[in-house]
Amino acid sequence: MNYHWNWRIFWEPAPSGTGTYLDMLLSGLVLTIETAICAWIIALVLGSVVGVLRTLPSKAASWVSFAYVEFFRNMPLLVQLFLWFFVLPEIVPHSWGLWLKQLHNAPFYTSAIGIGLFMSARVAEQLRAGIGSLPRGQKLAGTALGLTTAQTYRYVLLPMAFRIIMPPLTSEFLSTIKNTSVAITIGLVELTAEARSMQEFSFQVFEAFTAATLLYLLINIVVVTAMRLLERGLAVPGYISGK
Amino acid sequence: MFANFDFDVIRRSLAYLFFDGMTFTLTLTGLSALGGLIFGTLIALMRLSGFKLFGRIAGLYVDLMRSLPLVMVIFWFYFLVPYIGQWLTGSSRPIHVGAFASSLITFVIFEAAYFSEIMRAGIQSISRGQPAAAQALGLTYSQTMRYVVLPQAFRNMLPVLLTQTIVLFQDTSLVYVLSIPDFLGAASKVAQRDGRLVEMYLFAAVVYFAISCIASFGVRRLQSRIAFVH
Repeated sequence: MNYHWNWRIFWEPAPSGTGTYLDMLLSGLVLTIETAICAWIIALVLGSVVGVLRTLPSKAASWVSFAYVEFFRNMPLLVQLFLWFFVLPEIVPHSWGLWLKQLHNAPFYTSAIGIGLFMSARVAEQLRAGIGSLPRGQKLAGTALGLTTAQTYRYVLLPMAFRIIMPPLTSEFLSTIKNTSVAITIGLVELTAEARSMQEFSFQVFEAFTAATLLYLLINIVVVTAMRLLERGLAVPGYISGK
Repeated sequence: MFANFDFDVIRRSLAYLFFDGMTFTLTLTGLSALGGLIFGTLIALMRLSGFKLFGRIAGLYVDLMRSLPLVMVIFWFYFLVPYIGQWLTGSSRPIHVGAFASSLITFVIFEAAYFSEIMRAGIQSISRGQPAAAQALGLTYSQTMRYVVLPQAFRNMLPVLLTQTIVLFQDTSLVYVLSIPDFLGAASKVAQRDGRLVEMYLFAAVVYFAISCIASFGVRRLQSRIAFVH
């Protein structure tokens, strides 16, 4: 290979004028994490609501949540981001559209909300499966004790369901982090984008991508470890993974 | 809201969108799914082979691919494949690899990790009596896998494999980052040329939605029709 390796490139100043190439990648890493956390909060909140709606006896509620999940699951994330970023400001009333277009940090908000909505459909499906996996007796016992439906969910079903779906939720969170890289297409300068621009400025393509790859692996390891600890901490004694 | 909606831009570009764009997308999806399935099955067999070293390598590969964003992997291979080609052919310069070949290689390698996890679950779902019976009949390891275990594993996992293919179909839109005219790329080219972002992106969304919806409906029907073999 006649490729010129230069691993010291990371300590050379970047033309963006904000420090070295390493600083550039790290600022991308921070933005990746920030976006992913915002998106994940949205995904968890909306996903929980939709997932619960899906399991309610009401026909209307379950239809609405079914439609919601299908809507967000059957379009590529990239297309959804384009819809929020390019299409939404054009089809809302003119003054709102103008406001949206002038919004500072628009790529950040768009990607946090867009990825959040996209992931919320997946969280909803996981939660539905989690609630569905509980023995029917749990809900019946709640009702027999005189709890309202809301109380049954709050005190009986959800605490167990969320514990059961911890492992799939961990991988959904990891997907959220990975999905932030799709936002490169609407101009979010996250980790992949920083690696890309480092490659364009310095031509050290493989160093840039190796570093970004290692940073992604690092995020993964941290998240998996943290979630495993959380899972262990929350385990109910005598139940599933509890001791 | 749709007052100055220009339906004609969609009609005018239909041929380009479908004959060029959608053909690229579907070919890429189909071939990647096939390649991913073949390599995925091999990786799954490596992981379950009982040779520690093979298992470790396969496991590391799967973990690595699954912790990286697809966009990043697309960039990696876009830059790496010419050098690998140079190394393989012994030429003096990085060889030129076309957009389609580059994306196909990327998706096969990336999806193999996901397909291998599905096939692994499928192989593990087959009861131990099956390979034991095959061995008792005097079948070799490769015969056991070929004629007994893999056909049943594949059958059991068919709905999951197809669902993963629908995900893959949606993911192929990410080749957009390399400015490749797949379906979304084609729509985006027309959108930018004619200044009709709203129409083209909405149309692309509707098409992706319709195809994925119909496909996942089909998978759901299939799932209720085929019996799971243990």
